[in-house]
Amino acid sequence: MATIPLEGTTWRTRWKARWDGLMAKRWMLPVLLVVGFALSFAIPQFNLVNQYVQLILIYIGINVILTTSLNLVNGYMGEFSVGHAGFMSVGAYISAILTTQLLPKALLPYLFPLEVLAGGLVAALVGLVVALPSFKTRGDYLAIVTLAFLMIVKSVFENIEAVGGPRGIPGIDKLTTLPWTFFWTILAIWVIRNFVYSRFGRGVLSIREDEIASDLMSVNTRQVKLQAFVISSFFAGVAGALFAHVLQFISPRVFDIIKSTDILIMVYLGGIGSIAGSIIGGTIYTVLLEILRPLGMWRMVLMPLLLVILMIYRPRGIMGLREFRWFVPLHDLIGTKLWRRKKEASDAPAS
Amino acid sequence: MLLQAEHVTHYFGGLCAVSDFNLNLEHGELVAIIGPNGAGKTTIFNLITGVYHATQGSIRLGDVELVGKTSNEITALGIARTFQNIRLFKELSVIDNVRIAQYGQMKYGTWEAMFHLGGYQTEENRSIENAMNLLEVFKLDSVADESSKNLPYGMQRRLEIARALATHPKVLLLDEPAAGMNPSEIGQLMDFIRWIRKEFDLTIILIEHQMRLVMGICERINVLDFGATIATGVPKEIQNNPRVLEAYLGEGAEV
Amino acid sequence: MSTAEVLLSVQDLDISYGNIKAVKGISFDVHEGEIVTLIGANGAGKSSTLRGISGMVPYHGKISYRGKDLHKTAADKIVAMGVAQVPEGRGIFGNLTVLENLKLATWQRKDKVEIARDFERVFTIFPRLKERLKQLGGTLSGGEQQMLAVSRALMSRGSLMLLDEPSMGLAPVLVREIFHVLREINQAGTTVLLVEQNANMALRVANRGYVLETGTIALSGTASELLGNPRIKEAYLGG
Ligand SMILES: Nc1ncnc2c1ncn2[C@@H]1O[C@H](COP(=O)(O)OP(=O)(O)OP(=O)(O)O)[C@@H](O)[C@H]1O
Ligand SMILES: Nc1ncnc2c1ncn2[C@@H]1O[C@H](COP(=O)(O)OP(=O)(O)OP(=O)(O)O)[C@@H](O)[C@H]1O
Ligand SMILES: [Mg+2]
Ligand SMILES: [Mg+2]
Repeated sequence: MATIPLEGTTWRTRWKARWDGLMAKRWMLPVLLVVGFALSFAIPQFNLVNQYVQLILIYIGINVILTTSLNLVNGYMGEFSVGHAGFMSVGAYISAILTTQLLPKALLPYLFPLEVLAGGLVAALVGLVVALPSFKTRGDYLAIVTLAFLMIVKSVFENIEAVGGPRGIPGIDKLTTLPWTFFWTILAIWVIRNFVYSRFGRGVLSIREDEIASDLMSVNTRQVKLQAFVISSFFAGVAGALFAHVLQFISPRVFDIIKSTDILIMVYLGGIGSIAGSIIGGTIYTVLLEILRPLGMWRMVLMPLLLVILMIYRPRGIMGLREFRWFVPLHDLIGTKLWRRKKEASDAPAS
Repeated sequence: MLLQAEHVTHYFGGLCAVSDFNLNLEHGELVAIIGPNGAGKTTIFNLITGVYHATQGSIRLGDVELVGKTSNEITALGIARTFQNIRLFKELSVIDNVRIAQYGQMKYGTWEAMFHLGGYQTEENRSIENAMNLLEVFKLDSVADESSKNLPYGMQRRLEIARALATHPKVLLLDEPAAGMNPSEIGQLMDFIRWIRKEFDLTIILIEHQMRLVMGICERINVLDFGATIATGVPKEIQNNPRVLEAYLGEGAEV
Repeated sequence: MSTAEVLLSVQDLDISYGNIKAVKGISFDVHEGEIVTLIGANGAGKSSTLRGISGMVPYHGKISYRGKDLHKTAADKIVAMGVAQVPEGRGIFGNLTVLENLKLATWQRKDKVEIARDFERVFTIFPRLKERLKQLGGTLSGGEQQMLAVSRALMSRGSLMLLDEPSMGLAPVLVREIFHVLREINQAGTTVLLVEQNANMALRVANRGYVLETGTIALSGTASELLGNPRIKEAYLGG
């Protein structure tokens, strides 16, 4: 075992050293994934934890998907969308209609992934429609456009009798299982992380920093913004589909501005521009909500207060603009070091 | 003719910032635009690079009309620039600043990006390699992983030039590269500009108030005042032009 | 000069950003009525020193103004005590008009008549600003923004002025004008601490100068001594 210097160090630096050691072991990540996936089967199978905890685990997964995907737009890109609950509702309704009205009951468990995919795709399409006018010009229209969008989808669903109008859709089969939640959560994190560490992702970051300069450095800012927004909407739709099939009942009221605000809080709590932050934010918020449930209405006072305190001491959230090294592709992590080593090696024999 | 501007005119509301500006730039030239504050120099760069669209007139790179194109299209055609007020991507690392500017050169598409497939890995590796090689030229390789906002001013200016070159331009527009440098640093900058011009086969337009730099390295000078060209010529002619002396250099100027 | 009262005293000033030590234990005094200049290469720590004095960055060491320790004083209080400044990067309000920017600089002054006179004065120095009173600060050209920043410092009528490269981005005619104005306001009683890349000009208006190298004072002396120093000529005046 590597020795950690104990003398003359504070507990903080000691923990940091341990943490760094852990993070350096990149093989841990795939191992954790396999273990996690196995557990997601084992837990419901052998009732390793009670039903209530299982339910919370599912909500954590859904919230992590929502947080990561919104972070792409609000954190990495630095825009401000408040419409995430709207895209979520599109995914939820599409999949719920498929379940309750269109697909044969017997096949439902097998078709569920396709339903989720359909929910995501339609949400992505709607995302494209919302994004096209908002990103036509530079400027901060997105908050207003997405707010309008949120209100429009809500009243659309309220006024279509076929989907229950204001009463919504009850009796949706409980198809969202722990393994499926785990699968979609990992997929969302993986795809968004991949996108962030690509030329498009760097484009997204540069738009946050300085959009005009970004355009002048050859980044097709319009295209990149559309991509990011559509990917973000897709996963909001996925989360909505999962949500509908665990709550088993959806109505337009479920997806109001409060829901969007919850997601925003998770993003800013965990930290903007960070995958790790999204996971932490989604998890902590979900758990806190449950722990504080006995407080009833006071919860709604306490949570915002927590957020205010956080914003004072850590204005960018817990992990703001920082990342676990596990999530950074290897070439981004050590590319410059490798280059230096290679250069030293090629310089040495020459002299 | 590499870059040609004809009768370019631009208004901000009622203010005529550039009026009937003409420029013919041959491959490999180094031309300066000088003039009093607010004469319209930076606006000309903004018009060439598509930040603003000219109210009237035409700007062509080779045979391609630039007016009406977006900035990223113009950059892809081979025009890159630096900014008078440094506009680096502050929170991002030095190497990422350069890698963002490689966007137009990289080929892999959205699906490859989302699943890290196809050309992704090779292109990313090449991107890092190229970025580091470029940073080395600018003596910035040792700070590649720093946030760009933490660099001292002079290094930030160098990084801006490096970032612009990462787009593989034919024409480089430098907006006051010597601002905030002391005379001996300006001397080094002069050598540096000469060198990158040769090394990267560049055609350069330079905006500058440091006369030593302008007179020292430019072949031709274009003097603007209130948006209009008041003189063009070689440095010697400009130094002794009475209108330039009055409007810009001031009487008894030491240049 | 040294007989005059010490207006600003800096002792063992240390400033660091994370691991980077920008200023390493420098000490100097500025006397009432002087123009003192700090010169040095890029990254030498000049701007950091000014930022320390105006309370914009945390530091170790002691800075006192008119005998009062500034360590616990907030940045706005320091301005209210009469320390005006042109910060690096100009610090103008991009979304306010030129006029609003100028008015903000006089917020703590009560002398209406004098303020009106000061408006006229900056407009004589920079007629361009008068033409653009309604233009947004952010849309001004680089040099026009610099004019606005300098005007704001002039309008706030501090007794100590901290100037970080006031000539940056200005046309040659105006550079001379700025130094001329500096001398004028100095004769009218304002003390000036000037950071300049244009060391030649700076040393010509200054009484004394300090040369900073990587966060320490490498050399100091009267302006004429420094102007004559061959090492300075080589490194900062361009040979
Ligand atoms: N967006 C805008 N809206 C209104 N006026 C503008 C805008 N941009 C520039 N101007 C004005 O147009 C004129 C030309 O500006 P420009 O930035 O081109 O000047 P410049 O020649 O680069 O000057 P400097 O040497 O000071 O940088 C200035 O008077 C400026 O105030
Ligand atoms: N906000 C910051 N964060 C980290 N490092 C900084 C920051 N500001 C300055 N530095 C570092 O501190 C050192 C001194 O910087 P400073 O800006 O004081 O230099 P300067 O003498 O004013 O230089 P210049 O002539 O380039 O303006 C530099 O090495 C710089 O990189
Ligand atoms: Mg300009
Ligand atoms: Mg400085």
